[in-house]
Amino acid sequence: MLLQQLVNGLTLGAVYTLIALSFSLVMGILSILNLAIGELFMLGGYLGFALIAAHLPLPVALIGGMLGAAVMGIVIEKVAYQPLRDAPLITPMLSTLGFSIILQNVVTNVWGSDPLQLPTELFDTRIPLGPISVGVMQLVVIGVAVALVAAVAFLIQKTSAGRALRAVAENRDVARLLGVSAGRVTLLAFAISGALAGAAGVLISLHYAAITPYIGVDTGLKAIAVMVIGGTTRVWGALLAGPLIGIAEVLTIAYGSSQARDLVVYGLMILILLIRPQGLLGGARTDVGQRV
Amino acid sequence: MSTYYAGLFADVGILLLGALSVYIILATGQLSLGNAGFMGVGAYLASYLTVELHWPITAALLVAAGAAAVIGIIVGFPALRLKGIYLAMATLGFGEMVRSFFLVFEPMGGSGGYRGMPHVSLSYIWLWAGGVLLLVLVLERSRLWLEMRAIHDDETAAGLVGLNTTAIKIGAFGFGAAVAALCGGLFAHHYVYIEPGNFGFDRSIDFVLAVILGGSTVGAGALVGALLLVLLPEWLRFLVDWRLAAFGVLLILVLLTRRQGILDRALIARLTFRRSAA
Repeated sequence: MLLQQLVNGLTLGAVYTLIALSFSLVMGILSILNLAIGELFMLGGYLGFALIAAHLPLPVALIGGMLGAAVMGIVIEKVAYQPLRDAPLITPMLSTLGFSIILQNVVTNVWGSDPLQLPTELFDTRIPLGPISVGVMQLVVIGVAVALVAAVAFLIQKTSAGRALRAVAENRDVARLLGVSAGRVTLLAFAISGALAGAAGVLISLHYAAITPYIGVDTGLKAIAVMVIGGTTRVWGALLAGPLIGIAEVLTIAYGSSQARDLVVYGLMILILLIRPQGLLGGARTDVGQRV
Repeated sequence: MSTYYAGLFADVGILLLGALSVYIILATGQLSLGNAGFMGVGAYLASYLTVELHWPITAALLVAAGAAAVIGIIVGFPALRLKGIYLAMATLGFGEMVRSFFLVFEPMGGSGGYRGMPHVSLSYIWLWAGGVLLLVLVLERSRLWLEMRAIHDDETAAGLVGLNTTAIKIGAFGFGAAVAALCGGLFAHHYVYIEPGNFGFDRSIDFVLAVILGGSTVGAGALVGALLLVLLPEWLRFLVDWRLAAFGVLLILVLLTRRQGILDRALIARLTFRRSAA
């Protein structure tokens, strides 16, 4: 069923898009890789899961997951990034890794290392559409992802906070001379990035109706690949690359072997880095540094 | 020495080799997040040679190191186009590709893993680990290392004064890959069982952590880092379920207070009562 696989791939791709966007917001503005984003995604998933399990409606769970992850994103910025701002790139990357170790350990101790499961009948309704059927949850995942991307696009392109973000991404020093508070902009980038990762976590945990504390590592690394393929210099590359990778992965599982999917994804990532380091959507100017 | 500590020190020796493999590449200013990939190549190749072809372990390790060096050079050439975080992400992708390759590579067990290797002793592991550490320490006093540091500090300037930056960067990649393969071969023959999951992103990160924690500007830092990374979680065992979190907190604290790592040239000079040159 090719069409059915495409729908499944799109759902997975929507989640990848959100996390890749989360990575590239921080990467685009500060050129550092926040390795804790995978765990923020996992944390958001658990928070959303807990809220759903407490019989709260889905929007509350989504907002709860986003808020929790955004607050943690701010903590990470304050503790692990801000004091190390002028250290070599590796140092803040490893301090965010320290956070990811802590988060994974804390979640394991709070919720246990066994996978948590939701009663499947909650979101199991499927809508038949001719030869295929679409799960209600799949529609929710895709719909929420599209809405969030639109909200971030609006924020970056139309608001003054967004203008400040773009200014700092373009040139931090000049932006500061012109009166942009670079510190506050950095904090904002980490907060939005955390909220996006948290939302992705809630969506994926509801989609699979299950979650484990170890979900963050694999998905996080995959999202880095998605970001690279889309282009780290353009945030919107994730919009194209997310669905592309989601579909590629689902098709590899359906028509090849489930073990080979990582080979395809990371192979594509390396190919892009070598042939088109600016990514699929990036412009020709790779020499000007990161841009939003 | 108890078997418990013997096991720990075997881990230290293996991690030391992995850390040195990152350190050598880092000395030219290139960060590799994929050295577990080279380690995997070394582990699988060395195991194949000793199990299927009944080679002696030393010969198998040497061939595995040589083969990994060739792969390192092949990976290094395209990697010359990438810098900083992009190179880190490309090597990360390489490492994950090697892991998933062994996952689908059925002749060596695929996801089921591979077993049957002869066990190696602690002293054999340390013969290699100590030997490579000594080699790096000697190399650090050579002109070649000065050239590597020059490329680390400013590649353009190093090229302008006539250094062959391409050869040195590629060479570092090849050497680092060979050391990582030794690490993998010894790992395989110490644990006598390997699976693709042994050579994932976590392992690569362990290597980088050991270097950064121990001290990224001196070779002996890798030893300090490897000791810490293996022993610290053991010493924190009284924290039971929270020891990984405690380890994460300590990691962040060290990075915040000593970003050049625990060991650096100034500290070594003070410890050896010599006047610091820098």
